[in-house]
Amino acid sequence: MIDAKKAPVPGAFFISKQVGSLGPVAVATLLALLTLIPVAVVASAMLHPDQTIWDHLWHHVLPELLVNTLWLALGVSIGVSVLGTGLAWLTAACEFPGRKFFSWALLLPLALPAYVTAFVWIGLLDFTGVLPTWLRESWGITQLPPIRSRGGVILVMILALYPYVYLTARAAFQGQGRRLLEAAQSLGISRRRAFFKIALPMARPGIVAGLSLALMETLADFGTVSVFNYNTFTTAIYQAWFSMFSLPAASQLATILICFVLALVTLEQLSRNGARYATSARGGGGARRIVLSGANALMATSAAGLVFLLAFVIPIGQLLAWTHNVMATDLDARYLDFAWHSLMLAGLGAVLVVSLALALAYAQRLRPTPAMQFSARLATIGYALPGAVLAVGFYIPVAGLDNLIIDAYRDSTGEEIGQILGGTLAVMLLAYCARFLAVGFGPVETGLARITRGMDEAAQVLGTTGLKRLFRVHLPMLRAPLLAATALAFVDIMKELPITLMTRPFGWDTLATRVFEMTSEGEWERAALPAVAICLVGLLPIFFLVKHSDART
Amino acid sequence: MKSLKSALFGALLVVVAQAAQADEVVVYSARNEQLIKPLFDAYTKETGVQIKFVTDKEGPLMARLKAEGRNTPADIFMTVDAGNLWQAAREDLLKPVNSKVLAANIPEHLRDPGNEWFGLSVRARTVVYNRNKVKAGELGTYEDLANPKWKERLCLRTSKKVYNQSLIGMLMAEHGEPKAEQIVRGWVANLATDPFPDDTKAMEAVAAGLCDVTVVNTYYFGRLMEKKPNLPLAIFWPNQNLKDKTAGVHVNISGAGVTRHAKHEAAAIKLLEWLSSEKAQNLYADVNLEYPANPKVKADPVVTAWGSFKPNLINIAQAGALQAKAVMLMDRAGYK
Repeated sequence: MIDAKKAPVPGAFFISKQVGSLGPVAVATLLALLTLIPVAVVASAMLHPDQTIWDHLWHHVLPELLVNTLWLALGVSIGVSVLGTGLAWLTAACEFPGRKFFSWALLLPLALPAYVTAFVWIGLLDFTGVLPTWLRESWGITQLPPIRSRGGVILVMILALYPYVYLTARAAFQGQGRRLLEAAQSLGISRRRAFFKIALPMARPGIVAGLSLALMETLADFGTVSVFNYNTFTTAIYQAWFSMFSLPAASQLATILICFVLALVTLEQLSRNGARYATSARGGGGARRIVLSGANALMATSAAGLVFLLAFVIPIGQLLAWTHNVMATDLDARYLDFAWHSLMLAGLGAVLVVSLALALAYAQRLRPTPAMQFSARLATIGYALPGAVLAVGFYIPVAGLDNLIIDAYRDSTGEEIGQILGGTLAVMLLAYCARFLAVGFGPVETGLARITRGMDEAAQVLGTTGLKRLFRVHLPMLRAPLLAATALAFVDIMKELPITLMTRPFGWDTLATRVFEMTSEGEWERAALPAVAICLVGLLPIFFLVKHSDART
Repeated sequence: MKSLKSALFGALLVVVAQAAQADEVVVYSARNEQLIKPLFDAYTKETGVQIKFVTDKEGPLMARLKAEGRNTPADIFMTVDAGNLWQAAREDLLKPVNSKVLAANIPEHLRDPGNEWFGLSVRARTVVYNRNKVKAGELGTYEDLANPKWKERLCLRTSKKVYNQSLIGMLMAEHGEPKAEQIVRGWVANLATDPFPDDTKAMEAVAAGLCDVTVVNTYYFGRLMEKKPNLPLAIFWPNQNLKDKTAGVHVNISGAGVTRHAKHEAAAIKLLEWLSSEKAQNLYADVNLEYPANPKVKADPVVTAWGSFKPNLINIAQAGALQAKAVMLMDRAGYK
């Protein structure tokens, strides 16, 4: 454990004293409020509890959904960690046939909305699907494990979400000095032991950052579990709110979910408190890859190929086949508008999310106090909330503010005006930030942590402090994590639905809202066209990302 | 760089506050864009009135209307299912409309007793069976599907879907809660597999022989048979014996109402009246193979070929009022 040692932070006192201004605290507070206000709005409904509905949920719904949610969270966590980390190590540190291709191709599943992938897999593997029908009719095989099951939903979510871990773990492995491993091996430690004793612990913050994102996305997911009819916290929240019309009951469930996420976040924080993961930047460049040959190379290529096939090739193949059927009737000039709206929202949103995430991560670095760390966590829990809950929680205060303005204007002038804030892109983008700050923060925070304090101090001695230090010293070193964060935020916003639906201006339909229009009445084939379009547009940042992050190593 | 900046800035302000304009109607719709846009386009062409609309799920749309309060831009709230319309009326999001045209065009059981909302198309939730495995004579009523003779032969869509919640609401209204729960428990005991996420999947399972019978909205049947005409599926109209306790096929609506704080109230009522007229009703219903709400209008030939049926005449507002209780009943009965 060379760098991942537990140590007090030298110079922390020095740094915090030097930043006497309240800047960092203000940044963290404002960003935390961006998420906390919607949460508080939703939680405040609990003040009028709905005893009948709550009793019902307690007796008939909660027991099942607790078990279901825990299994799902556990299964997906283990799955994405193993798959994401393993594949990241292979493409970042090893050499095997197809490595270059897989290093970017393995990110592609990110561009597919998970519930679309889920629908494709159920279509293929359920009783009426192609494979079981063929097995039944040609071979008489009828006893197949059901896809619509706990195992099925876990597997599909792993395939959809492993890229989060893959992306962040890969960045971590790329930043590591391979010389460290070589040194370890020269001391007689086996390659396998070196991986588990050195490379893996050093990459832990990266892996955990990706895992947190995957886990939060799992807890917030509504679309995928609905396709499987698998009851979780999110489905129960939607049911209480939109089927039983009980906002208080929905709010109680959402609050339990938030507490659960906060507990996890705090545990993770405690477990790595004090540990520092800075690596020498010099060690990363020009490192030699571990060349796999023979059976090992074959295994590496097949593993990467199999994941790529299941997570991307088969789903997109099915979507393309469906698209082919509906293209002639559905594809029209409006798709240019949809694509342009998606591109613009995702582009602006991603830049804003990552800028705010950088500000938050940097504020936390300048003032590494427990309170700051906690408010940074609070600011990022929006990602773990079911989308519709956050959207409504966000929209209520916006509409309230609008009403104040409109009423004041009417009182003073006697004239009517329309909404000022509601239905503007500015509000939309801010809502994306409340939801996706975590996506930007994870990679940026881990990237920033890899820059040693020593460098800060050196810069300081040379008279480069504060924002100047951020731009001159840190930003150039953060290129890879910033790119990763931007790409993640971009594809996530492309796929986002509840906020887009609720806050979009009139006529501002996007590719994602097209998918919604089709799937809401069960027309999955017609949804394939916009889904494929999302994928195509989503390819751009992924391609860009890998091209630039690989240029470094 | 500078021009890019100003372009971005301009885009952020692209939607500036707009004062209410005379010749437009603003619609919040949970009915899909592709089902309503052809109608709105036709209306604009005919009258010159512009229609602005956004689509979303009904729950968020109602939350949005509520948050916007008296400054909402929306004039009309349009959605599927009486349960949602009933809830919108209960939350005071809609206002009564006294229109002779609407009263004449829309039958009484398809509109709110207080005239806050009106059905615009009718959806029948009926039985679909596998022709090779079931004789039509074996089938009878919704209640009968709880009979043990259907053990391992029934497929159902998830109880999360509002269509099933309304169906159970109807059974509760007719039989009372304990008996309705007994029926649902019977259904659950007869299931051949876990409930499906949509009607189409349930029908495909029936066609493939995993089960023999299911309950679906007819337009899903129409859509599926259009694509795969050779499937061994047929429609059965249950509860046609008027001596049955529950008389008639369960019908629901898609419909709309004028919002409590509509800025273009007169124009909104005109649009609703037009939508209920003979001219618009065909377009409204046929585009999704539904039944027109206006009894003077004939359904699409594809739809009429399924035969005629007696609908259940209970006012659909009742099913809406029972929706929350129906959800709880299904949870208790283990219907997922």
